[in-house]
Amino acid sequence: MSREKILAAVKFNQPAANPLPDMEVLNTLTDVRTDLVSKYKTIATGGGSFVYEVSGFDEIKTIINNEFKPGVKIISALNELSDYIYADTVKHEDGHNFADVELTVLRTNLGVAENGALWLTEKEMGSRVLPFIAQHLAVVIGKDDFVPTMAQAYQTIGDAGYGYGSFISGPSKTADIEQSLVIGAHGPRSLSVFIL
Amino acid sequence: MSTATTKDHPHLAADFNRDEPRVNWHDETLWWVRAKRDIAAHKLPEWELLRETASQIKFNVLSNLSAYLEQFEANAAKNGIIVHWAADAAEHNQIVHSLLEQRGITKMVKSKSMLTEECHLNEYLKEHGIDVIDSDLGERIVQLANEPPSHIVLPCIHKKKEEIGDIFHEHLGSAKGESDPKILTETARQHLREVFLTRRAALTGVNFAVAETGEFVICTNEGNADMGAHLAEIHIASMGIEKIIPERKHLGVFLRLLTRSATGQPITTYSSHFSKPQDGTEIHIVIVDNGRSIQLGREDFRNSLKCIRCGACMNTCPVYRKSGGHSYHTAVAGPIGSILAPNLDMKKYADLPFASTLCGSCSNVCPVKIDIHDQLYKWRQVIVKEGYSPKTKTLAMKAMALTLASPTLYRMGGKTGRLVFKYVPFAVNNKLNPWYNQREMPKAPDESFGEWYAKRKGAKNS
Ligand code: SF4
Repeated sequence: MSREKILAAVKFNQPAANPLPDMEVLNTLTDVRTDLVSKYKTIATGGGSFVYEVSGFDEIKTIINNEFKPGVKIISALNELSDYIYADTVKHEDGHNFADVELTVLRTNLGVAENGALWLTEKEMGSRVLPFIAQHLAVVIGKDDFVPTMAQAYQTIGDAGYGYGSFISGPSKTADIEQSLVIGAHGPRSLSVFIL
Repeated sequence: MSTATTKDHPHLAADFNRDEPRVNWHDETLWWVRAKRDIAAHKLPEWELLRETASQIKFNVLSNLSAYLEQFEANAAKNGIIVHWAADAAEHNQIVHSLLEQRGITKMVKSKSMLTEECHLNEYLKEHGIDVIDSDLGERIVQLANEPPSHIVLPCIHKKKEEIGDIFHEHLGSAKGESDPKILTETARQHLREVFLTRRAALTGVNFAVAETGEFVICTNEGNADMGAHLAEIHIASMGIEKIIPERKHLGVFLRLLTRSATGQPITTYSSHFSKPQDGTEIHIVIVDNGRSIQLGREDFRNSLKCIRCGACMNTCPVYRKSGGHSYHTAVAGPIGSILAPNLDMKKYADLPFASTLCGSCSNVCPVKIDIHDQLYKWRQVIVKEGYSPKTKTLAMKAMALTLASPTLYRMGGKTGRLVFKYVPFAVNNKLNPWYNQREMPKAPDESFGEWYAKRKGAKNS
């Protein structure tokens, strides 16, 4: 059995126990004076996202209706945006059915100022493939939902259970051809973030 | 890959060096990426603390690896992930193949995994009638060109956009002469979307596996790993045993370091955590040793297992930048690859630890503080001692050892050398002298240090 063979070889060859380092320092290294929303905005915009500070859901609807042609397939996971297909109703559909989704709108409670990442789990996504297969993605987040760095982000996540979760920090992109940045590789061609 | 095994680094680098403008372009592009890394690193006041913390976490991992692996296995199984173990590349390939075969699957979409490059999985599956499509754009490009990746993060960094245009024209039907990266990327997007929607199996690599929770994390900018994994009925993840980290919170340290070191980005676009399979689908994880447990036992080299594959050491390496990734004739090129490869096959990769200036730039940028250049230096000693020294170096080193062992020969050699330099410089400045390739030879001094010292002493005493 390879399992036993590998584990035995590892055990035999590993060095004497070394303690884990202190993580507290990194968790507490936070500049409390920083305005997290504006820091997030700068980083996210730099990473190719469109960030809107909005007063309410009506404003979000107006922006979406301006940006997208009427009749395109939009799936929303927010009760407040009920003009669109509700994510819960398509949850158990085969992911392949989403090939024609133009926009997916999701909600999160955790954003990271240092790198523009938004934490979304399966629960917020409905179906795992939705935020990837849609031509465009929009995420709604509250202005108090930002933490400074990844250290606090994982403190917030803690030992939460999820089947799948992802930090999403912008539209799908690549720079594989002569290092020229191209937005819209396999996933969404844009990420719009609405800060409430 | 087949051509690469017959030649060693100096010869392959010489091939690459034939096109001087391309070498300069390659050099400058990578240096530009390295500069972006510097900017990103300097923006974080706690950068050095992060590196040190990451290095210590990895040290803890190495010292508890067997327990962490078992813990990961138990937790992953609890989550409904099916765990397999592979002692070597052959077993890894067989496991992947049998998973596909059992389900009658003949087509698979793959996201970037250097481990599967190391195992030559694509070739193996092809021989067994299974079609594999690489979905990372850079990997797809080199796959269509029938080449291995030349860089672990930037697989086609050696290719010009015009060449990529030609490849896409031939294979994907883009217009002849099209070289606009935007249009080429769009062509690949359309082609690969079709692939994602029709493949029943997806294979990905693993960036980090968390012992505490049994989840694993995959980082991409394109979202190709997610597109593949979420649309397939079976997701196979291949991971090396060293990818384990103890707790979920440690991801905070590594995700902050990884892309800042790799490309200067603050984080990848997607850092996806897979914990349980989606309803109606399966996740399998293949845990691979393939020589890693041996490296763990080599005290001088075990730190190399801390590597998180950011590619920073390649981007900064003056030898890598000027010799190209393919000259290393191994899946992981550059400084870290030159440490990992001799562990697998000391004879075949005896040349690689010598493909370095030992300038230490790699060690300076490494986010997990691996003593890369020291390890390269140590490998040289091991390789010479074991009698595997590279062909081009053996003769010269034998002569050197003989000369250094005898004071008479040493003095004679020095004198002859200086005379040769002075009166017949072409005797050293020629193709037979590997040191002269790409270098100007220095002017020889008129007298040796010994002669100068004796004279000076004489002058002082008189
Ligand atoms: S050795 Fe260090 S710098 Fe090189 S790829 Fe690995 S982690 Fe990055």
